[in-house]
Amino acid sequence: MANYVYLVPLFPLIGFLINGLLWKKMPKTVGGAIGSLAILASFVVSLLIFLEVKAPGYHQDPIVLFDFIKSGDFSIPFAFQVDALSSLFLLIITGVGFLIHVYSTSYMSHDEGMVKYFAFLNLFVFFMLLLVLGANYLIMFIGWEGVGLSSYLLIGFWFKNRDYTNAGKKAFVMNRIGDLGFLVGMLLILYNFHTLSYADFFGKLHEAQTGVSASTFNWIALCLFIGATGKSAQIPLYTWLPDAMAGPTPVSALIHAATMVTAGIYMIARSGALYSLTPAILHVVAVTGLATAIVAATIAIKQYDIKKVLAYSTVSQLGFMFLALGVGAYTTAVFHVMTHAFFKALLFLGSGSVIHAMGGEQDIRKMGGLGKHMRVTQVTFLIGCLAISGVPGLSGFFSKDAILSAAFAHDPILYYLGIVAAMMTAFYMFRLYFLTFNGSFRGTHDQEHHLHESPVAMTMPLIVLAILSVVGGYVGLPEVMSEHNALNAYLSPVVTNLGEHHLSAGLEWTLMGVSVVVSVIMIIVAYVMHRKPVFAENTGLAKILENKWYVDELYNAIIVRPMATLSDLLDKFAERRGIDGMVNGVGKSVKWGGDKLRLLQSGQVGFYIFMMVLGIVALLTLSFFWIR
Amino acid sequence: MPVNSTHYLFLSLLLFSIGIMGALIRRNAIIIFMCIELMLNAVNLLLVAFSKIFGDADAQLFVFFIMVVAAAEVAVGLAVIVMMYRKVQSVDINILNRLKH
Repeated sequence: MANYVYLVPLFPLIGFLINGLLWKKMPKTVGGAIGSLAILASFVVSLLIFLEVKAPGYHQDPIVLFDFIKSGDFSIPFAFQVDALSSLFLLIITGVGFLIHVYSTSYMSHDEGMVKYFAFLNLFVFFMLLLVLGANYLIMFIGWEGVGLSSYLLIGFWFKNRDYTNAGKKAFVMNRIGDLGFLVGMLLILYNFHTLSYADFFGKLHEAQTGVSASTFNWIALCLFIGATGKSAQIPLYTWLPDAMAGPTPVSALIHAATMVTAGIYMIARSGALYSLTPAILHVVAVTGLATAIVAATIAIKQYDIKKVLAYSTVSQLGFMFLALGVGAYTTAVFHVMTHAFFKALLFLGSGSVIHAMGGEQDIRKMGGLGKHMRVTQVTFLIGCLAISGVPGLSGFFSKDAILSAAFAHDPILYYLGIVAAMMTAFYMFRLYFLTFNGSFRGTHDQEHHLHESPVAMTMPLIVLAILSVVGGYVGLPEVMSEHNALNAYLSPVVTNLGEHHLSAGLEWTLMGVSVVVSVIMIIVAYVMHRKPVFAENTGLAKILENKWYVDELYNAIIVRPMATLSDLLDKFAERRGIDGMVNGVGKSVKWGGDKLRLLQSGQVGFYIFMMVLGIVALLTLSFFWIR
Repeated sequence: MPVNSTHYLFLSLLLFSIGIMGALIRRNAIIIFMCIELMLNAVNLLLVAFSKIFGDADAQLFVFFIMVVAAAEVAVGLAVIVMMYRKVQSVDINILNRLKH
C-alpha cells in the first residue's frame, strides 16, 4: 500500500483543482461534498498505509516519483518517505482535517464563497501532506511554503474586511521571516553534505570523516529552529497566530490543530538525529518553548475574545511541545501534537458552534449560560477543556504529564516553570468555559432568542473529536502505568529520544499528582472567580496582559516603524531624487538641447548655404590634415 | 605668355570662388542658381584639365555625368523658382523664411 502513497496528496489536489477552477458555477453542496470526499479518500489511504507501517518488520525506502532537480551527478528526487512518523502525521492531518471539512459544509453554508473556501481548504491539506511526506528537505520546503500561502488565503478569506486581509498579510510575512531561516539551514546542509535527503543526511551525520565542524551543526540546527519558530508560532515570531483567527473558525481549527503549526514540531522531530548532536541548540529550543508557553498563557488569561483565548492557548501548548523537543523527548512532542490536535480542533469547532449560535459575536463578556441552549456543544467543549487542562484519564493529561516528567528528568527548573504554565492553562480554559456556558446570558435579547444548537454536520465532528480527546491518550501511557508505550514503540524505528530517562516510580507518581492537584485547584479557582462575573476596566498588570504585553506595539515601534521611516527616506531621496531624477534628467537635457539648437533653424537660406560651405571647408581641412 | 595646364586650374579656382561668393552673397534666387551652375562648370573644367595633365580620359566621363545632372537640376530648379515667383511675386530668398520655427 505504501507504493500508492502518492494518492494521499493527490486527492486533495484534485479536489482543489475541481473546486478552484469551477467555483463560480459549482453548487455549494457539491463543492462541499467534493472537498470533504477528497480528504476522506486520503484518510482511507492513510489508514491503510498506517496499518501496513504498523506491521512488525516494516521497512520502506523512500518512494521516488521522479527527478525533481538534476544537475550532473547531483539530483534531488521528488520522493516520499513513508515511515512511522510520517504515517502518524498523515492520520492526524487527514483525520482531523476531514472532520473539519464536514463541519465546514454546515458552518460555511451561508457564505457565497463556500466552494472557493473548500478549494483553499483542500490546497492547505495538500501542502501539509506534501510537507509531511517529503523524503528530503526540499519537498518539505515546498509544503512548508505552500501552507504559508494557503494560510494567507484562508486567514484573509473574508477579504472585504481590511483587518482580516492585514491579518493574512501579517501571517504571511511573519512566516517568511522564519522560512528564511529554514532556507539558510537547508542551503547549509546542501553545502556541507551535498544532499538534502533525510536518509543520506542522517547517515552522514555520524561519519567522522565528513570533516564538518561542530559549529556548522549548531548553525544548521539553529537555522532550522528559526524556521520552526515562524511556522509553529514561538517567541519571537508568534504574533501572527492569534491574529490568524480572522479567518473562518474551521480554518483556525485546521491551522491550530491539524496543519501548519505542527509543521515545526514535525521538522524538528524528523531532524532529531541532528538535534541530538547539538545540545546547545536543544537548550535554546527548550527555553524558547518554555518562555512561549508561559508568556502565551499569561496573555490568554485576560483575553475576552473566545477565539483569541484559544489561539493563545495553542501558542502555549506549542511551547510545551518545543519544551519536549528541547529536552530530547521527540516522541513525547509528537504525542502531544496528536492529543492537542484532537482537543484543540474540538475546542475551536466548539467555539465556532458558539459563534454560530451567537450570530457572529465572539466576545465572551456578552455570552454566558449558553449550556442550556446547546447541550452537545457544552459537553464536548467541557471535555476539550478537561483534556487540555490535564485532568486525569483524558488525553491531554498523559501527553502533558509525559512532557513535564521528561522536563523534570532533564532539569527540575524546567519542570517547575512548566507546572506554572500548566496551572495557567487550566485557569484560562475554565475561565473561558464558565464565562461562556455557565451563569446567565449577558448578550442582547435578540441574541438570546436566536440561540440554538448547531446542525448535525457541526455537532457530529464535535462528538467524534470529544471521543478522541478522551481516548487519544491511551496510546502513550507512561511507564509507571503500563509496560508498553504503544506510541514510543511505533515511532522507535524513526525517532530516537535523546538520553532515555528513568525516574523512580514514586517520583513519577508524585509529579503526576502535583500537576493534577494544581490543575484541579485552578479549575476551582476559575469557577469561584467567574461565578458572578463583573467586567471592570483592567488596570495594572491585567491591562498589560489584556494588551498582550504590548508585543505588537513593541514590534511596531522597533521594527515596523523604523522600516517605514527608512522606506520613506529611500523613497524621497533615492527613488525620487536619484532614480526619477536620472530618468527625468535625460528627458530634460534633450528638451533643453533642442530648445537651443532650434535657434539655428533661422529660415535664412543664405545662412544655410553659408553653414554648408563652412562645413565643407571644415571637412576638407580635416581630411587634408588627418587622413593624408 | 603661353597657356599651359596650370592656367586652367587657376581659372577653374577663380570660377568656383566666384560661384561660392555669389551663392553666399546674392539674394536673388536666379543669381544663386546661376552661381551654382558656375561652380558645377568650374569643376567640369578642373576635371578636363586634370584629364589632359595626366593623359587619362576617365575624368571626362564624370564631366558628362555632371552635365546631365546639371541639366536635370536646371529643369527642376527653374521650375521651383517659377512656382515661387507665382506665389510670392518675388525671387528674393529672404522672403522664404516661413518654415523657420
